[in-house]
Amino acid sequence: MTQYNVVNSRAPRIDAPDKATGRAKFIDDFTMPDMLWGALLHSPVAHAKILKIDTSRAKKLPGVKTVITAKEAGLTKYGVSPARYDETIFCHDRVRYVGDEIAAVAAVDLETAMEALSLIKVEYEELPAVFTIEEAMAKGAPLLHADFPGNQCAEVHHEFGDVEKAFAECDLVRTDTMQSKRQDGGFIEPQGCIADYDKRGYLTLRTATQVPHYVQRTIAMALRLPVGKVRVIKPYVGGGFGPKAEANPMEMSACLLSMKTGKPIKMNYTREEVFLHCRARHSFRHTMTTGVKRDGTILALKHECYLEGGAYSSFGIATIYYAGSLLGGPYKLPNMKYDGYRIYTNKPACGAQRGHGGVIARAAWEQQLDVIAEELGVDPVELRLKNMMVAGDISCNELKMNSLGMRECIEAVRDGSGWPEKKGKLTKGRGIGMACGFFVSGAGYSIYRSDTYHCTVTTRVSDDGGTVHVYTGSAEIGQGSDTTFAMITAETLGIPLEWVRVSSGDTDFGVDLGAYSSRQTLMTGHATKEAAEDIRRQILGVLTRELKVDMAELDIKDGYVTFKHGGVDFSHLRKRYLEEHRGWKNHPEESRLTFREAARIAYLARGSIIGKGKYKPQNLGGGHKGAAVGTSPAYGCSAQIVEASVDMDTGQITLDKMTDAHDCGFAINRTSVEGQMQGSLMMGLGEAMFEEVIFDNKGRIMNPNFGEYKLATALDMPYIEPIIVESHEPYGPYGAKEVGEGAIMPTIPAILNAVYDATGVRFWELPLTPERVYRAIKENKNKSKKKV
Amino acid sequence: MKKTLICLKVNNKEYEVAVEPNKTLADLIRYDLGLTGTKKGCDMGECGSCTVILDGKPVNSCLVLALQAADREIQTVEGLESEEGLHPLQEAFVEHGAIQCGFCTSGMLLSAKDLLEKKPNPDEAEIRRAISGNLCRCTGYQKIVEAIGSAGERMTEKGGKS
Repeated sequence: MTQYNVVNSRAPRIDAPDKATGRAKFIDDFTMPDMLWGALLHSPVAHAKILKIDTSRAKKLPGVKTVITAKEAGLTKYGVSPARYDETIFCHDRVRYVGDEIAAVAAVDLETAMEALSLIKVEYEELPAVFTIEEAMAKGAPLLHADFPGNQCAEVHHEFGDVEKAFAECDLVRTDTMQSKRQDGGFIEPQGCIADYDKRGYLTLRTATQVPHYVQRTIAMALRLPVGKVRVIKPYVGGGFGPKAEANPMEMSACLLSMKTGKPIKMNYTREEVFLHCRARHSFRHTMTTGVKRDGTILALKHECYLEGGAYSSFGIATIYYAGSLLGGPYKLPNMKYDGYRIYTNKPACGAQRGHGGVIARAAWEQQLDVIAEELGVDPVELRLKNMMVAGDISCNELKMNSLGMRECIEAVRDGSGWPEKKGKLTKGRGIGMACGFFVSGAGYSIYRSDTYHCTVTTRVSDDGGTVHVYTGSAEIGQGSDTTFAMITAETLGIPLEWVRVSSGDTDFGVDLGAYSSRQTLMTGHATKEAAEDIRRQILGVLTRELKVDMAELDIKDGYVTFKHGGVDFSHLRKRYLEEHRGWKNHPEESRLTFREAARIAYLARGSIIGKGKYKPQNLGGGHKGAAVGTSPAYGCSAQIVEASVDMDTGQITLDKMTDAHDCGFAINRTSVEGQMQGSLMMGLGEAMFEEVIFDNKGRIMNPNFGEYKLATALDMPYIEPIIVESHEPYGPYGAKEVGEGAIMPTIPAILNAVYDATGVRFWELPLTPERVYRAIKENKNKSKKKV
Repeated sequence: MKKTLICLKVNNKEYEVAVEPNKTLADLIRYDLGLTGTKKGCDMGECGSCTVILDGKPVNSCLVLALQAADREIQTVEGLESEEGLHPLQEAFVEHGAIQCGFCTSGMLLSAKDLLEKKPNPDEAEIRRAISGNLCRCTGYQKIVEAIGSAGERMTEKGGKS
């Protein structure tokens, strides 16, 4: 087995000391001299024609520097998917949801900016609005976008194999429908930004984003600037989980306001604006018909899904594809038919959120498989073991599992939870449930159609030879990517982690598609490794000439150059190094050539030592339309077992323990992998148990705050036992693949299955509030009484 | 708006600041004193990221007016480190992987410090209760709970020896 010095350890994160002392700077911690404050005017109505916008009074307010509307911003359409650019920076003729942006103000302080907003007069002619899928699809329903009849934003139709033929061969076929609710991202740091347009026409935007590269491109396109004149810098970001993975109207307003005033502009979303902007998890309605043989072999899945999308497309085109394609694994499924529809409504637009598109589909199917297991009299764990894919398998929709530790995950949670002693043997009110899941390790294709590298990394050795500095456009948003890349660099070069610095999140450092689709460890990790290998080659190349030895003789370990067969005289290199450091202390020790000396000698021979790395996925399968969503260089997978207690008199659920096994390929940092697993489970738990964005009948959010939109607290969380499974992905750096999103997949269904085990009631609607659970238990009791 | 001059002590340093009547303590700390380690996530006292210790009690500084802090003592995350280095809680948070995005960290640390001062060896339930007003969306809380427990042990050991 390979011995590693840095990777696969529990090294503390490189950003942790700064974060523990309050030194780490997030966007709202920055100020700039002469900075102005910006604020946005949002629509108070869900659907209306704009008859007139009068900004004259606002402009006259002392302290106001400028007011902008669509007149100044222009009407360039933008969005996430080029196939559905359906947003403009500001509304000009119509507002489509409560919160739609109409104007922005820059003023000397926030209070003045807010007062100015109140002085902008907008005349609306209200239009009938649609808030549900049924209303939006009804005959004669008002259209949000004229080009999209039936308010149908997107539809997907896939069939792999022949489901109807397969159903005819099945011993058991059943259909279930599951309904989830709209979720909020719930990151603790609201979005914020500072835009600064300088006197030479260069625009710098500091912003709390997951995707500096896409923000740079979107801003350049919407504001009609050359991409090279726009620089996006991401400071530390307080969580993202998906909603921060696209350019937002605030960022574009701040840029415009700065271009107009020539001053830096600071803008922040309030917590309410975070809810209004949304771009978080859609509400999904899945109807699934699954057919199996008597022995439990799964033969076919017919799947129909409706997404309530809100007023714009956002990431929704990808969401609707993922909702179907991610059921291709991790079970052998020869026949799959999918029909997906994303419907516009007069509500904030939904987008990407952790486990993009796949979370509720997974919940519905894994619960249905649990029902099927019971009907067949098969243990749910056995059903999954029977059907799971193994490394080398290709799904019916052409997802290729180059590595897949599904069996290891299932067995680990079965054995780690004591499943055999508990399943079916717990007292009433207590239950145990299991589920599996899998997820991509990075989207195989960029969001805009392009042959672009998915990331480029430049690593530079300081000219003294002592520090190695990685420059990447990737986005550290809390998941630990900076530490991952520092560890990969240290391991590849053979130096201690302490000698590596990482500067990230800046479009000046190269292309990186950013933190979404669980891509950075695999993709940026690859490019980082390649850059470090390049440096290694350059330094050792100089040494081969200076020392007249073969490259194969040389290695770097623990910060020292080693010689395979020893006996190499490097005293002339040592002499040159010492001559440069007369009067210095801490000279390198006698007997060994240090990395620092070697790197310095290499610099003297070649100039600055700069390593370059890049990454693009290998050729991925899938010729069908939409194959770009779901195909990935690698797939992570996981299994979970949840133990729950339900108070049968009140419907209150308490989760007692969660056992989670995740195949991350290879853990670059074991602590970080566990952190992603535990965090994912918490988000899944919240979605299963409490989280729901609630609207009134005018399309206004009733709970746009953390008092009434419930996130899990420390008291809601049971003990989570994280088990790391390592299947060594051939296409991952050091064998690594995803963990950040796949880990959420089994959580909701494992909870649902545990609650069923405890109560005897199946829940096909989320969240599992005590009220819903109580009513269902009561109804179930009445039903069984009637039967008697 | 008319400002009032107030004196307050933050991290053992005296400040004299002119504040508006509607300014919150969180804004005073962040924008007037430049101590940006204290974070703001909701401005409604719900997320806990602005937690500071006011006269020995943890408070949501977004719910305290700056004027109410006149002549009082405040500790923020910047005041946790001493000449000896990081506070044991800070060390434990770093070592245990209790920090991911770091936005809730300052508030967590101060709620935890208050707990450990009152109860040097808390059990898990007590730790969870003490930080239940501090929301974290990244970690699932487990590594935070473990870090606080371990810091408690470390501090008791240290206290015992001296």
